[in-house]
Amino acid sequence: MVPFNLLVIVCLLYVGLLFLVAYAAEKRAQQGRIGWLRSPLVYTLSLSVYCTAWTFYGAVGYAARSGLEFVTIYLGPTLVMVGWWWALRKLVRIGRTQRITSIADLISSRYGKSNSLGVIVTMMAVIGTTPYIALQLQSVSLSFAVFASDQPLNPNLPDLNATALWVAAGLAFFTIIFGTRSLDANERHHGVVTAIALEAVVKLAALLAVGTFVVWGVADGPIDILDRIEASPIAIWDIQPDRWITLTFLAAVAFMCLPRMFQVLVVENVSERHLATASWAFPLYLLLMSLFVVPIAVVGLSTLPAGTNPDLFVLTVPLAFDAGGLAMLSFLGGFSSATSMVIVAAIAISTMVSNHIVMPIWLSLRGEGATMSGDVRQIVLLSRRVSIGAVLALGYLYFRFSGGGTALAAIGLISFTGVVQVFPALIGGIFWRGSTRIGAAGGLITGFTVWAYTMFIPSFGEGFIMSAAMLADGPWGIDWLRPHGLFGIDGLDPLVHAVFWSMALNTLVFIGGSLLSFPNPLERLQGAQFVNVFEHSDAGRGWFGRAAEAEDLLVMAQRIMGPEQAQALFQSESNAQGREGYLPDATPDFIEKLERELTGSVGSATAHAMLGQIIGGSSVSVHDLMAVADETAQMLEYSSQLESKSQELARTARQLRDANQKLKELSVQKDAFLSQISHELRTPMTSIRAFSEILMDGSGRNQKDHQKYSSIIHDETIRLTRLLDDLLDLSVLENGQVTLNYVTANLSEVLERAIAAVASSEVGYDIKINRDTNSENVMVETDTDRLRQVFINLITNAGKYCDAGDPKLEIRVNTKTGFLQIDFVDNGCGIPKKSQELIFEKFSRLSDQASAGGAGLGLAICREIMHRLGGNISYLPGQGRTAFRVTMPQRRALEKAAE
Amino acid sequence: MQTKHPLFVAQDGYRLRRAKDAARLLPVLGAILILMPILWGGGATRLGIVFVFAVWSGLIIGAFFLSRRLKNSDANPAKDTSTGAGNGPV
Repeated sequence: MVPFNLLVIVCLLYVGLLFLVAYAAEKRAQQGRIGWLRSPLVYTLSLSVYCTAWTFYGAVGYAARSGLEFVTIYLGPTLVMVGWWWALRKLVRIGRTQRITSIADLISSRYGKSNSLGVIVTMMAVIGTTPYIALQLQSVSLSFAVFASDQPLNPNLPDLNATALWVAAGLAFFTIIFGTRSLDANERHHGVVTAIALEAVVKLAALLAVGTFVVWGVADGPIDILDRIEASPIAIWDIQPDRWITLTFLAAVAFMCLPRMFQVLVVENVSERHLATASWAFPLYLLLMSLFVVPIAVVGLSTLPAGTNPDLFVLTVPLAFDAGGLAMLSFLGGFSSATSMVIVAAIAISTMVSNHIVMPIWLSLRGEGATMSGDVRQIVLLSRRVSIGAVLALGYLYFRFSGGGTALAAIGLISFTGVVQVFPALIGGIFWRGSTRIGAAGGLITGFTVWAYTMFIPSFGEGFIMSAAMLADGPWGIDWLRPHGLFGIDGLDPLVHAVFWSMALNTLVFIGGSLLSFPNPLERLQGAQFVNVFEHSDAGRGWFGRAAEAEDLLVMAQRIMGPEQAQALFQSESNAQGREGYLPDATPDFIEKLERELTGSVGSATAHAMLGQIIGGSSVSVHDLMAVADETAQMLEYSSQLESKSQELARTARQLRDANQKLKELSVQKDAFLSQISHELRTPMTSIRAFSEILMDGSGRNQKDHQKYSSIIHDETIRLTRLLDDLLDLSVLENGQVTLNYVTANLSEVLERAIAAVASSEVGYDIKINRDTNSENVMVETDTDRLRQVFINLITNAGKYCDAGDPKLEIRVNTKTGFLQIDFVDNGCGIPKKSQELIFEKFSRLSDQASAGGAGLGLAICREIMHRLGGNISYLPGQGRTAFRVTMPQRRALEKAAE
Repeated sequence: MQTKHPLFVAQDGYRLRRAKDAARLLPVLGAILILMPILWGGGATRLGIVFVFAVWSGLIIGAFFLSRRLKNSDANPAKDTSTGAGNGPV
């Protein structure tokens, strides 16, 4: 048996150690040597404030009563940590970019920096946390009593209240010293966090030590323990599906929503990478914490006399086996669990109370605004210190008047259910831009009311507010309003009932309210920033264009942040703006930055309100929001315009390149043509000259020779004339000076005459022509002479150039609505792709075949004629043969008629 | 302007994206496994303990490998903000 005095001394020494560690950590941080103070390990260990005395003592009691169900309290948080990529990562990022100081601040900031929401969440947190603090005080007092009493197994100490009072006072002292040292830098408390990390190690070590002792000291190893479990009263795992699901859900959600968890998870987080480590390390911590719970419970049940309080097995089992040192370690573990929870909870709650309740009241009392004299900083610190004291006092009073008899687990679950009412507003706030302040407030109040009605008030027992009759039959005998059977649904486990109805109605009102209400501009701005936090981590603009006196801002900032920090901030901004001194221009960006700094100290709503007092009026209007949207839209438009411009440029450049290429080829062709035409002109000229000279001589020639020579001269001049006619014709067509004689004729006749003309010409090409006279039988209104010229040219070309052994030409006529397609397809080998563009140019000839004998003007003339007639002629690729298509309107086009 | 996510990425980027998918799915898998005992209605506590702790360990191991993969993936613009007021994320 450990003497009580020794226990007190060890306990005091331990507390002294905690003070020392916290002090040393603060000192190190002040010197800027953060190092391991902010490692992933310390972060993970600080998360262990989740494991309170409820875990340390209560889990074993829970296991002794209901078997394996206790693990749900740890499996829930495990799922949340393992799923950090979903929610926690986003929460941490939001917390860092928006400088969130508490969960109430997060809700208030998300829904338009609304302080009323901050107040609601703060009140809920206070009401939900007070019983929990009472629970910690109770467990510490009980564990003291175990050592002090003569009958350790069933302690009944008259001065339990006195112990609790001392513990509460000591905790308040510690928290005030290390929790309210400064307001700066996002509310990080190095001393407190380090001390809590140490406590986390102690409680884990203690539980593992007791577990090891039980498994290998009392029993004969794991196999024996499993056998003992088999033989114990909890051998059968009577799983209750509704409770199993509800408890897992409740623990998972509470892990995110509990004010103290939010404090260590988000507010005290230094780096998102720590979260990655904690995602597996903290579940591991939880696993180790619960590994020996069932063994301890089973051994306690089997070895200790019946009626022993199972909530204290962790202490009483070692005592029963006379392991005094182990019991002492176990006591320190329980002490650590209780104190670390109370410290962090008190810090979190006091921050909320001072930022959302005390400061707004103080601000409105001093109506002139934040610029008048007085050190705001001292007021904030004082209000926090008072709040810490008040929170602990409340906890003590609750403990004192509730009598502390209830099983630990029950209080814990009541508290959890109250706190998780924030969940819909929290998750909706970070994932759904459409959630609004009205919806959030409605959901919070509804959920909280249902919780209070179905769970919190009935937990005080009959006679406290609710009479026995009301509990059994509902108020005024209304069956539907029974606290444990809402809407007449009976048979649910009271916990499942309360969780289900409070969460369901809460979510329903939250979503309904959000859908039906309309958010104000600041809400929409904040909503976009929270939901899309990964897209733009920079600050959105909340202040627009209104001028403020930089001096006023400095005066206010000094009072909140302290002169040195405020001056440093103003000076650095001043330098950044390229000015000297301490007074930068009060640009919207700077005001935004300042607000963020102040938010880290007094919360978003208060910071916003204080700046609003100086700057005047609301900070952002719908018009401003539209301006932001316009800016973005304009930027997008500019960039897309630039993109299309550059595409257009690329297109034009390509066209220019093509044109250039064509010009080059044409130039080469023209040169070739010049030599060709000189040759063409020269040949007849030479023979004309030669024969005319012979004729001039006149002597020794008979009549027959005369005739022959002059006929040669005649032929040659005809050839020359034809060439010159072609050139003239083309030039007339190109200049638009041609007169067209429109008549109505049958296409078949035009073709007939064209073919006859080709056949009767002296060249007389040997080509077989296939026609479909049925389709040719259409009336057209056109200049038949010109059209025939085109047909003659095409047929002649086919005769001239078709390289097939047995040349054939097929003429197909298609009548479309309003126009005709006439295809001339021969069985030649086609025209290479690169030449297809060129054949319609003047003077172009694909070969130097002398036999061709033309000047390369035929197709150019055809094209001009077809354009004049309102149609077109083109090479038809992809036929595997040489094919030309003539397209022409069936009737004379109107604009042509008008010409 | 919002960052545009490319539609197709190289192999490293591809593996990283799948790791993110796995990180999203792991808690779902965990939830299903944790709720499994409901299907067979409990049974012996000693078997239940073995099952629950096996699932738990599996989740921890999975989270361990995923966190190693993802730790450096997310460019974290905010630097350490634990000292002073002037260098916080803005």
